[in-house]
Amino acid sequence: MGKLIPMEGNQAVAEAMRQINPDVVAAYPITPSTEAVQIFARFVADGLVDTNYVAVESEHSAMSACIAASLAGARVMNVTAAQGLALMWEMLYIAASMRTPVVLSVANRALSGNINIHCDHSDAMGARDAGWIQLWGENVQEAYDNLIQAVVIGERRDVRLPVMNNYDGFLVSHSYELMELEEDAAVREFVGEPVYVRPMLDVSNPYTVGALDLWDFYHEHKRGQWEAYGPAKQAVVEVGQAFGERFGRYYGLLDPYYLDDADLVIVALGSTAGTIKDVVEQRRERGEKAGLLKIRCFRPFPLEEVADALSSAKAVAVMDRAAGFGSGWGTVYPEILTALYHKGLVLPTVDYIYGLGGRMILPEEIHQVYDELAQVAAAGGTAEPLRWLGVRV
Amino acid sequence: MSDEPRVYPPDTGWKDLAPGGIVPQAGNAECYSVAGWRLVHPVRDNEACIDCLFCWLYCPDSAILQEGGSVKGKPIDMVHCKGCGVCAAVCPKECIKMVPESEAAEQGQTG
Ligand code: SF4
Ligand code: SF4
Repeated sequence: MGKLIPMEGNQAVAEAMRQINPDVVAAYPITPSTEAVQIFARFVADGLVDTNYVAVESEHSAMSACIAASLAGARVMNVTAAQGLALMWEMLYIAASMRTPVVLSVANRALSGNINIHCDHSDAMGARDAGWIQLWGENVQEAYDNLIQAVVIGERRDVRLPVMNNYDGFLVSHSYELMELEEDAAVREFVGEPVYVRPMLDVSNPYTVGALDLWDFYHEHKRGQWEAYGPAKQAVVEVGQAFGERFGRYYGLLDPYYLDDADLVIVALGSTAGTIKDVVEQRRERGEKAGLLKIRCFRPFPLEEVADALSSAKAVAVMDRAAGFGSGWGTVYPEILTALYHKGLVLPTVDYIYGLGGRMILPEEIHQVYDELAQVAAAGGTAEPLRWLGVRV
Repeated sequence: MSDEPRVYPPDTGWKDLAPGGIVPQAGNAECYSVAGWRLVHPVRDNEACIDCLFCWLYCPDSAILQEGGSVKGKPIDMVHCKGCGVCAAVCPKECIKMVPESEAAEQGQTG
């Protein structure tokens, strides 16, 4: 049995890292993830882990070191946010292309400019096509649970992909919540021994990585990489199930809340899903069929599952905490529309851009979304499918 | 591992490539032709050459072939020569000329 204790998101991430005891952590601390690295560095100094902690000079170097260590045969972790993730950009693609199961926790934060340190999803959403598996946690418990599962998902032989463990900056990273901290031995047993595939330090089996790859083979290599995301989706499901069987908290690609008979559905990810759950309960008390579809796994995108989950809704609102500048939408909305379209589903939808740079999102605003959604459902559509929530005019 | 191919034939399909874009066996750069990169082609005046071996030493692709300490009259490896012109630049006798690939082809010199 684990024990219930109050913890911050960053602390929970650091505790999970201590329990997993990775071979290498190469990190360059950045707000609001700094504390996770700071606490973990203390674990290293106190001899609580065997980790080789590499203090690098930038996030670009951090991810480079992580990729190299992973190729060398190590279990590797890192924590970052916002500009830090942005500075890792080119290495993110390389980590996925080289199939290194690096696990990166991201305390989601707005990208500059202007300079802002608070929560939105523009950092990880910008990296959504880099080839990483993306798990999105709602609270401290999920930041902890997702990190443990990320190791197992990424290292699976049929997956071998890097995994991003997203949790909202400050809202989760610095919020104390009561959470269940599992026993060290139980976590270690769950993640198991690292699965080393082709460690480069095995000098009796030398091979070449990162070779020049032009018009003659690059196209085929990308086609091969494409194939990993089916098994990756399956791994998210299976590991979430195994985690539930072991620790009592079950996870899947999606986390539906009062969804089965819901007419008015909000789609969201991150901590806002928690706020929406409260509002759903209030609206249910009034007899309104409100529901929530929380996306836990955004990459690989659960296209079929999203379409199935929304198939009986009368209207759908998508909460986007990142603006897709120039696209006309947020970043999640177009993916939801794609899922609906492929299922032949035509229903009224609205995209809400909200909470940028840490702008507070209150239950009253979620109520406003459900109110507007009721009108859209009644009208059978809207001439204003893109709306900014909580913005001064 | 050792049963994997040392070189992937040019018509290899995506399913037959190792994951991660790796080349499963080491030491196979010699199997990769860079002849297609070449725009200019080194042509040596063997009369003027004094066999100082500067070109052999400086060629970044070990394409200048020597035998018994002599390059004079020996072929240049046109599979690995990428036409960079370093050999011509370092030759103290200026006896290597970089000629356009098309002209070299006319002279039957393509590697
Ligand atoms: S042109 Fe460059 S590659 Fe070719 S032989 Fe001369 S030095 Fe070597
Ligand atoms: S550098 Fe010039 S002179 Fe010296 S060996 Fe090469 S071709 Fe001959």
